[in-house]
Amino acid sequence: MTDICKKSLTELVRLIKKKEIKSEEITQSFIKNINNDKKLNTFITNCSEEALNKAKNFDKSPKLDTLLPGVPIAVKDLFCTEGVKTTAGSKMLENFVPNYESTITNNLWNEGAFLLGKLNCDEYAMGSSNETSYFGNVTNPIAENTVPGGSSGGSASALAADLTPATIGTDTGGSIRQPASFTGTVGLKPTYGLCSRWGIVAFASSLDQAGPMTKTVEDCSLMLEAMASFDKKDSTSINKKKENYSKNLTDNIKGLKIGIPKEYRVDSMPNEIDKLWENGKNLLKDSGAEIVDISLPNTKYALPTYYIVAPAEASSNLARYDGVKYGFRSTKGNNLIEMYENTRSEGFGDEVKRRILIGTYVLSSGYYDAYYIKAQKVRQLIKNDFDQSFKKVDAILTPSTPNSAFKIGEKKDDPISMYLNDIFTVPVNLAGLPAISIPAGTDNNNYPLGLQLIGKPLHEQKLLNIAYATEKKINFKQHLNRWWEK
Amino acid sequence: MSIDKDKIKHISKLARISVDEKKIDGLAKDLSSIFKFIEQLNELNTDKVEPLTSILNEPLRSRKDEVTDGKIREKILENSPQKNEEFFVVPKVIE
Amino acid sequence: MIKPTEKYFIEGEKGKWEVVIGLEVHAQVTSNSKLFSGSSTKFGAEPNTQVSLVDSAFPGMLPVINQFCIEQAVKTGLGLKGKINSYSVFDRKNYFYADLPQGYQISQYKNPIVGEGEITLDLPGGSKKVGIERLHLEQDAGKSIHDLDPSSSYIDLNRSGIALMEIVSKPDLRSPEEVNVYVKKLRSIMRYLGTCDGNMQEGSLRADVNVSVRKEGDANLGTRCEIKNVNSIKFMQMAIIYEAQRQVELLESGKKIKQETRLFDTKKNETRSMRSKEDAHDYRYFPDPDLLPLNLDKNLIEKIKKNLPELPDQKKERFISEYSLTSYEATILVSEKEISDYFEEVVKNSDKKLAKNWIMGDLFASLNEKNISITESLVTSSKMGQLIDFISSGVISGRTAKEVFEIIKETGEEPKKIIEKKGLQQKSDPKELEAIIDKIILDNKDKVSQYKSGKDKLFGFFVGQVMKASGGKGNPQLVNEILKQKLK
Repeated sequence: MTDICKKSLTELVRLIKKKEIKSEEITQSFIKNINNDKKLNTFITNCSEEALNKAKNFDKSPKLDTLLPGVPIAVKDLFCTEGVKTTAGSKMLENFVPNYESTITNNLWNEGAFLLGKLNCDEYAMGSSNETSYFGNVTNPIAENTVPGGSSGGSASALAADLTPATIGTDTGGSIRQPASFTGTVGLKPTYGLCSRWGIVAFASSLDQAGPMTKTVEDCSLMLEAMASFDKKDSTSINKKKENYSKNLTDNIKGLKIGIPKEYRVDSMPNEIDKLWENGKNLLKDSGAEIVDISLPNTKYALPTYYIVAPAEASSNLARYDGVKYGFRSTKGNNLIEMYENTRSEGFGDEVKRRILIGTYVLSSGYYDAYYIKAQKVRQLIKNDFDQSFKKVDAILTPSTPNSAFKIGEKKDDPISMYLNDIFTVPVNLAGLPAISIPAGTDNNNYPLGLQLIGKPLHEQKLLNIAYATEKKINFKQHLNRWWEK
Repeated sequence: MSIDKDKIKHISKLARISVDEKKIDGLAKDLSSIFKFIEQLNELNTDKVEPLTSILNEPLRSRKDEVTDGKIREKILENSPQKNEEFFVVPKVIE
Repeated sequence: MIKPTEKYFIEGEKGKWEVVIGLEVHAQVTSNSKLFSGSSTKFGAEPNTQVSLVDSAFPGMLPVINQFCIEQAVKTGLGLKGKINSYSVFDRKNYFYADLPQGYQISQYKNPIVGEGEITLDLPGGSKKVGIERLHLEQDAGKSIHDLDPSSSYIDLNRSGIALMEIVSKPDLRSPEEVNVYVKKLRSIMRYLGTCDGNMQEGSLRADVNVSVRKEGDANLGTRCEIKNVNSIKFMQMAIIYEAQRQVELLESGKKIKQETRLFDTKKNETRSMRSKEDAHDYRYFPDPDLLPLNLDKNLIEKIKKNLPELPDQKKERFISEYSLTSYEATILVSEKEISDYFEEVVKNSDKKLAKNWIMGDLFASLNEKNISITESLVTSSKMGQLIDFISSGVISGRTAKEVFEIIKETGEEPKKIIEKKGLQQKSDPKELEAIIDKIILDNKDKVSQYKSGKDKLFGFFVGQVMKASGGKGNPQLVNEILKQKLK
């Protein structure tokens, strides 16, 4: 069989269901690719052995009436997996083995899939280049020494390098979509509340959402179908009937209205991105959609708003890492307070500490109104902008990122420059909307760039359809020469 | 607004993170530039805007008053860096 | 008419000082499971056996609120005549402590579930209304045990996450005695409602006491200090007395009061500053993003209101009119729901005057003696009723009844059986008594003439003789009647 690992998830599932391929064969192929990788550093925990056993067991008595029968899947190391180390890319949880399973991964296993390994990510999901992980940088398979994006950098890189047929990440400010754009893959952040947050290491509670990262939009719809569920253990989980996203996927988008927000055209934007955006517009027109100019006036304030709200929530969510119940505990310190201070100082990396300090500051007495409340007000304005626009359009088309993948180390010393990576993705999280990034083309260096489609809350099907139609027309093909295996 | 060393020391005490003397200056510089960035929000007049209370338009869901959990002491304690059969163990707290 | 209560003052060297007290009472909500998790709330379980992953704040854990706890808070708010807020928010109160696994407590800050209300205190000088500022729901913390090991503290999270109602009073209290009455009244209201069992030994009820002083006649409030976590009324009173004295001494020597948090040392009987709380004032409250705002349905509030049981104040008014009790007597009989229930069961069929005297007298004395509650007494309401009925119908005298009571108190035996076994029935047959009296008159002719010529005190002698001759069982009323008649 020609390169199994290059096949789409949908194709692999089809082959398994038709009994034309065994789970063991699929799993072996991916394990081989994983073992051959010497450079990318995408895996923190390799579960090859257990995966192979599960594949063999599956083949003995295959249950074929599920969505992902016999498929090995590696997941971002932010999802708690029972009995398997879950580190969140941090020294703080370096040896943490949860005795519980996150709802999302449990949903995947219930659909027949099994764990291939835990993927590297920025520490506690804080970062846009996978350079803050305690377990080292991740490299983008598109070129040596380039970042894959973040925080789901390990996921995007492993996916693009064919080390896993599909994967899942989390997106708080763009952590699925931006790495998807950087690696030429597809990444979806669902509507806030569609996917359960139970068992996912929390970063910013009102922004975090788990989502699929796949090679195609079709695969994405299949993964989303398996992931999304109402979870009564999560008070922010939406009680909605399950939808058959993959079965109902269509490229017929005639008559749908696509908004183009003028504020997303930033001065410093490279020409290539503008061209791809324009190209996307035209392709949508070709598919029968109508293009509408819209305005999202408060767009430029989204990033500063995000960098108040997210650190504030993170500073509180990360307070539980104190060395008492689990995780790393410093051996220094003569009393409880010293133990806390040393544990958290030694256990957290610089970016995490920076954000905790910002968050603590903006919530502190005397500053709460000027920063946190102010940010929540601006957040309301940003949400209002989208609500207004969605009265006129079905989806919004923008670039995913303001640039393609940069060099490792290039932006490490300039936090603001790093934060600007998320300029197009962050407004979506603030408004709780679904959004997907699909590969749109390449820049002059031949690095991939993505286009982002933003949808109405809970209108994932429509969003996926539009993305599917666009993807078909773009017909993006990525051929990497597997330099990381040498 | 610029963040000075004393502010950093105060905030890190609140956050229970000890900061290396050598790193304080760099941290102050970084935080100052970040705060300059986020202060762009002051350009906006938000006097008549209500702060966002929740991104969801849903009622707070509640559960029945039933005992459905607990009695898993081993599970609860097994990941602790220091424990005995019944308790989490921490360095002495001075009151 | 409401008379002003007697004023309590600290006598300083330079004049009289008024003590101003506000209480923040933490009352554990009576419920099966915790506020945001499904662990049990039962008291006394083995350490860390009533703890879930949510309670111990493992990565990825999330809160889900207990509907019953919400209703208990609404009930309590209504019992305090409080304004029920249909919109309220749960906020995170951020601080670090070993018994706080999340590093924050889920509480309510700007938008509590209940607003202003009041409690009426029954004081010796009259009644006094004490204002309630607010009531909100929050999580209780775990327990740190410091004395099992010289260099370590042990943490038990069983209590972590149990629902607490924090009830904040206005600074309307003025004396240790008022504090006593306030806490008892608040406790009684919650026990009536079934929202908190008020068991202070088990930690169901604790208070932070805010104390300040001011010169007599001064309208401004002085700087206050907060004494945290006092778990008995006696300690609250001792702490207040010590703290008020301390503040007066400081102020009279020209110093200022530093606003701070203090602890009451029960061994040394003094308050002292809490070191660890110095920098903990900045709790950085913000709405918990894992929860949504609580919007209470008006119908739910109405339903709870309709189903409220009769509360102490209403019951007291009803007792006064229905059972012809004085305000003092009614206050005592409604102070605990169990007592008022007991009383009403007895008076259903039995004489109310006897009932109130026997309950407030002999029964209460026996409860004190045995250090038990009314529900634990072997003198059940039905046995009490039977005993009283035997007195009313003349089967036994009041004095004999005391003897019978003692036996019921120790053995729980039925009055009827005791009376029969011991042959304690009164002699109430007039013919029988007449015969006895006739004989005594016959045997004491000289005393009879002395009595008839004015020595009234001798009547007691005759009564005594009749009692002796009848083995103490003469019906006293009849004996008196017949004697009077025969000695005319």
